[in-house]
Amino acid sequence: MNFELTNEQTMVRDMVRDFAQQEVAPKAQELDRSAHFPEETFHKMGEMGLLGIPFPEKYGGAGADNISYMLAVKEIGRACGGTGLSYAAAVSLGASPIYYYGTEAQKEKYLVPITSGETLGAFALTEPNAGSDAGGTETKAILKDGHYVINGEKCWTTNAQYSKTVIVTAVTGRDSQGKNIISALIVPTDAKGFTIRNPYDKMGVRASNTCELILENVRVPAENLLGDPKSGFKQFLFTLDGGRISIAALAIGIAEGAYEKAKRYAQERKQFGKRIVNFQAIQFKLADMAMEIELALNMVLKAAWLKDNRKPFTKESAYAKLFASEMATRTCNQAIQIHGGYGYMREYGVERMLRDAKLMEIGEGTSEIQRLVIARQIGCDSL
Amino acid sequence: MNIYVLMKRTFDTEEKIIIRDGEVDKEGAEFIINPYDEYAIEEAIVLREAHGGEVTVITVGDEDAQKELRTALAMGADKAVLINLEELEGPDHFTISEAISSWLADKDVDIILGGNVAVDDGAGQVASRVAEKLGINQVTTITELTIEDETVKIERDVEGDIEKIETTLPLLVTCQQGLNEPRYPSLPGIMKAKKKPLANVGVNELEMNEKELTAKTKTIDRFLPPPKAKGKILEGDIDQQVNELVHLLKNEAKVI
Repeated sequence: MNFELTNEQTMVRDMVRDFAQQEVAPKAQELDRSAHFPEETFHKMGEMGLLGIPFPEKYGGAGADNISYMLAVKEIGRACGGTGLSYAAAVSLGASPIYYYGTEAQKEKYLVPITSGETLGAFALTEPNAGSDAGGTETKAILKDGHYVINGEKCWTTNAQYSKTVIVTAVTGRDSQGKNIISALIVPTDAKGFTIRNPYDKMGVRASNTCELILENVRVPAENLLGDPKSGFKQFLFTLDGGRISIAALAIGIAEGAYEKAKRYAQERKQFGKRIVNFQAIQFKLADMAMEIELALNMVLKAAWLKDNRKPFTKESAYAKLFASEMATRTCNQAIQIHGGYGYMREYGVERMLRDAKLMEIGEGTSEIQRLVIARQIGCDSL
Repeated sequence: MNIYVLMKRTFDTEEKIIIRDGEVDKEGAEFIINPYDEYAIEEAIVLREAHGGEVTVITVGDEDAQKELRTALAMGADKAVLINLEELEGPDHFTISEAISSWLADKDVDIILGGNVAVDDGAGQVASRVAEKLGINQVTTITELTIEDETVKIERDVEGDIEKIETTLPLLVTCQQGLNEPRYPSLPGIMKAKKKPLANVGVNELEMNEKELTAKTKTIDRFLPPPKAKGKILEGDIDQQVNELVHLLKNEAKVI
């Protein structure tokens, strides 16, 4: 048992922290206000190799581990939740499925441009009528003359407008029990009949690009099928398990940002002739925040370690995501409370963090779904 | 081109520093590459990119300094050398520069780059001493560097003015803010740094005599500047305030 980060992990964390504090944090407030996607930041992140952290060098990656990747997500999130979300989605949802399930040719063609920062990646799963119940997917892909013809609608897909390809899940048939067979297809965003918009006015993570996808008779060659045609569902469950760890890391980053602001403010603010950090009411809040952040981080590191060591991590990633996201909301909420009236003002930046944190309880599986996953993992179904 | 960089691991002076029993508390301090040495590393990599060759980063310190050396390797340096003087009692700028010079003595040096000063003690001693010992040219606080064959054109900062200098290799320069923007280590760079050579050199591997190993200075004490006293706002009309101020400067501060 060794709780120490390796030299490389520490270096990655410090490097990303430096970068995030200098290049990302100063823009966070304005990006939130304007809901502007920081394309320039992603170019820089690509140049630094951040978009390919956990993938081997032969696919344009850095060949680092998932722990390093989680530390990077946390640091970006600490500076800007929206930028952090697009970052986590590009790596965990855009690139990962191609890495895990793609053929060599697909990796060459679709993974390398993402890891090298040439384009982002996106994963379109959610639909207007299929949220937590992904099995209820309505988008259909019909194989005809060597091409899939795709029709349907996707919503809340992160990064699609800045991606050259999107992985789209679609029903490709029915199994012997009459259940939908869901497959994943790599769809070029410039394909005919493929419309991508971002019509949403979000509560938080506003710097992140969130898209609506409409597919009308979009044709892609059969070779664009990603992985096993019958196991699309299993594949995206695995993808989401990985994505969850990154959302947990992002939640921790946001919480750390809020905690640090609250701590600094409490050390400066004077009331009743004392700095408010001297009051136990404030100390207890800060103590809880610090403790919960550390607990969440330990869970994230464990889940990432399990993934790095090719052990099952479904339960642990759900633990991490559930605890970290709810912790982040609590922490940001208390950070505002410590700031009092100032915290309620945009200028102080903590109210943004609460709005950003709230998404962590919803995106990539709501807290309710995480509890469901955990319940299944601990065997409640068979009791 | 054989390029050498002198690097120091220092505590981050922008973070809180605690002094305990005359020593900086290492537990609480954040350690970084001396920011001026980052300019030196960056410039060294730029030189190598333009002229080819190899960048070797040298530091004097203990095992912990390996982290900063690895960072320099991750930025793009090719080799790192850790000269470990732990066995010596209180090495100072003199002993450290003697150690570096002794290690460099048999190397074929084209250029050595260092920081202008270290942010911890602000002495700016080591690099200059090394140049002196090796008997090569040196230019301090440079803000621009161009090398064409053996000719080196330099701009250096002289208290806000610019001095233009032409000199030749081999040469030692110390780097000032404004010379360049140090790069972030890239992710692939960090991963590759692990495989790059990092040599540990002990005192006994250096050909140094007793005199060179003995520090010339002794640190008697370390302390933080006294906390800033509360200011005083003078009251009354201007004449009264002026009288009060003169009185205070004379009798309390005793400066006039």
